[in-house]
Amino acid sequence: MSQAATHHDTHHEAHHATGITRWLTTTNHKDIGTMYLVFSLIMFFIGGSMAMIIRLELFQPGLQFVNPQFFNSMTTMHALVMIFGAVMPAWTGFANWLVPLMIGAPDMALPRLNNWSFWILPFAFTLLLGTLFMPGGAPAGGWTMYPPLVLQTGEAFPFLIFAVHFMGASSIAGAINIIATVFNMRAPGMTLMKLPLFVWTWIITAFLLIASIPVLAGAVTMLLTDKFFGTSFFNAAGGGDPVMFQHIFWFFGHPEVYILILPAFGIASAIIPTFARKPLFGYSSMVYAAASIAFLSFIVWAHHMFTVGMPLAGELFFMYATVLIAVPTGVKVFNWVATMWQGSMTFETPMLFAIAFVVLFTIGGFSGLMLGVTPVDFQYHDTYFVVAHFHYVLVTGAVYALIAGTYFWLPKWTGHMYDEKLGKLHFWLSTISVNVLFFPQHFLGLAGMPRRIPDYAVQFADWNMVSSIGGFVFGASQLLFVWGIVKCARGGEKATAQVWEGAHGLEWTVPSPAPYHTFSEPPDASTIEGGMR
Amino acid sequence: MQRNVTQSANRRLVVQLLGVTALMFSFGYALVPLYNVFCEVTGLNGKTGQLTQAQADKLLPDKTREITVEFVTGVNAGLPWDFRPLQTKVVVNPGVVTLVSFEMTNRATINMIGQAIPSVAPQTAARYFSKTECFCFTQQPLAAGETKTVPVRFIIDPKLPKDVDRVTLSYTFFEAPQTAQQESNIAGGAPNT
Repeated sequence: MSQAATHHDTHHEAHHATGITRWLTTTNHKDIGTMYLVFSLIMFFIGGSMAMIIRLELFQPGLQFVNPQFFNSMTTMHALVMIFGAVMPAWTGFANWLVPLMIGAPDMALPRLNNWSFWILPFAFTLLLGTLFMPGGAPAGGWTMYPPLVLQTGEAFPFLIFAVHFMGASSIAGAINIIATVFNMRAPGMTLMKLPLFVWTWIITAFLLIASIPVLAGAVTMLLTDKFFGTSFFNAAGGGDPVMFQHIFWFFGHPEVYILILPAFGIASAIIPTFARKPLFGYSSMVYAAASIAFLSFIVWAHHMFTVGMPLAGELFFMYATVLIAVPTGVKVFNWVATMWQGSMTFETPMLFAIAFVVLFTIGGFSGLMLGVTPVDFQYHDTYFVVAHFHYVLVTGAVYALIAGTYFWLPKWTGHMYDEKLGKLHFWLSTISVNVLFFPQHFLGLAGMPRRIPDYAVQFADWNMVSSIGGFVFGASQLLFVWGIVKCARGGEKATAQVWEGAHGLEWTVPSPAPYHTFSEPPDASTIEGGMR
Repeated sequence: MQRNVTQSANRRLVVQLLGVTALMFSFGYALVPLYNVFCEVTGLNGKTGQLTQAQADKLLPDKTREITVEFVTGVNAGLPWDFRPLQTKVVVNPGVVTLVSFEMTNRATINMIGQAIPSVAPQTAARYFSKTECFCFTQQPLAAGETKTVPVRFIIDPKLPKDVDRVTLSYTFFEAPQTAQQESNIAGGAPNT
């Protein structure tokens, strides 16, 4: 059998497609992973440009550069592009590259589905970004698509709905593939409790995707039929209820925020032990913590809507359940810190980003706790405090973990070491500017500045200007990231197989750059044990 | 051999996971009736109680309590109607059926159909407040310029929580979905059916 497989591979190699056809038809997990990562980087910059327009308009009170309708479509599109175009595909890209390598599998379980789930995305985002050029403009009712406001979207409306359907289909296909890969393709001897945490967190994420994205698909389908086919799911005149949309949406929406952050926990759990040169503290508690966070994420959705009117018992339940999430999250933060404790730490760029992730994500977690407390949420609701909170957990959380992971595995992907000086410059510029950007938004929110507005009262002027300056510097710093990646892909110091002195795991046992086909023969038990330590 | 085993395992897993996906899609839709049941049970969103006339007749009046019932009306944007209660408030005993009236006028130059949606505040009182007769049970057609007076018969269950002494019944008039649909068809140049 193994001989047949080898023969098959050589045969395949001989007819290897070149040029664009290679990328269109590839079923190789590394090719597809690369495409996902490049796609998400492009989307990161498209979404980032929208953020720059937002910060430009908010630099001063008054309307200077864009009209309010366009401003609102910028906030809406920025969120949709960043969530569904940048962060989610980036995680799937990481999973494609790393999950088969980490579990000793030759490829993903369903390679053709894999190709398909990537190639849906360019179509989805053509639909979505195309709305920017339509009469009536792009969707401007917020990424949460609350009716009845979203139903006032012009010709862009069906494009928005179908774009969401496509993104959802892509994510579900990706999630099914990852579950099938981990369940059925693990090397013999790679038991579940030996899986690297990145694989574990992705498995949990994949289940969250499968359980929550279909609910979003249902919700937007209801919007579509309400608008065009005379149903009244959210139309009060026909006996529907717009508040129900919020319940259905956030039933998806809260698991979604953990879809964005759980793989980041996996990345931090890979990088911190490497550069602390100690095994991860509390491996099994990390697994159980991630699983409990995932479970709790399904019973806290209404904390996004404390102010819509709810019975007191409901508000108390959702408050307690929300605050309970701090426990498993605290376990994780404790374990990362304990891993670093008395370690022989060095501070290469991935480690710097990972440590910044732990610190800054925790700040975002704490402001999340504040928002979870019902009575005070009535003050914070829909203010810049919320904006500050979710940017701390998403930018300095998810995006920082993505950047850390990129620097960490870039030598494995390209075969070259990245430019360490450039990486450190990128880190310090980003970390200083991102705090200048988002920290003042806490103050703005507490002082009462509402989110999603193009103009504001003059007492908010100073901190908005500070925030905008931070935003411009942060945006520009990301160009250094791209430069670093391009430079590394083109050449540089040769990377060894292990790359990092303290690196453990199967992906570090294959040469750098990782050959096109790896683990055609499953690794033996001693390699797996050695990799795990 | 190993590959075949893996492939059939993959196929089985994919079918199961697609099953979960389909299940969760249906769950999204199942939330709609669940939500309505939940609202009726808890009075969430001011969904009123559902006593029938026969059930209401069996309730014993509680002459020791007086509840002020206030009436609020509104017309949704885009419906050129006037709509007002003929009395802003009444004082009633729980367990006694009370009749009140509302007046509505179609100011438009075309015949229109409206649908009123009721809501009761506070939420804790909502399910003890039942309407045994209401113009909101059906769609209300009004000819161009027509004015109509319509009745509402309601009863408050004596089990109403002790701390409630004031209940607000609010109505919002919406254009009935069907007429809205027809109008947009006319606007869109579709054949007028």
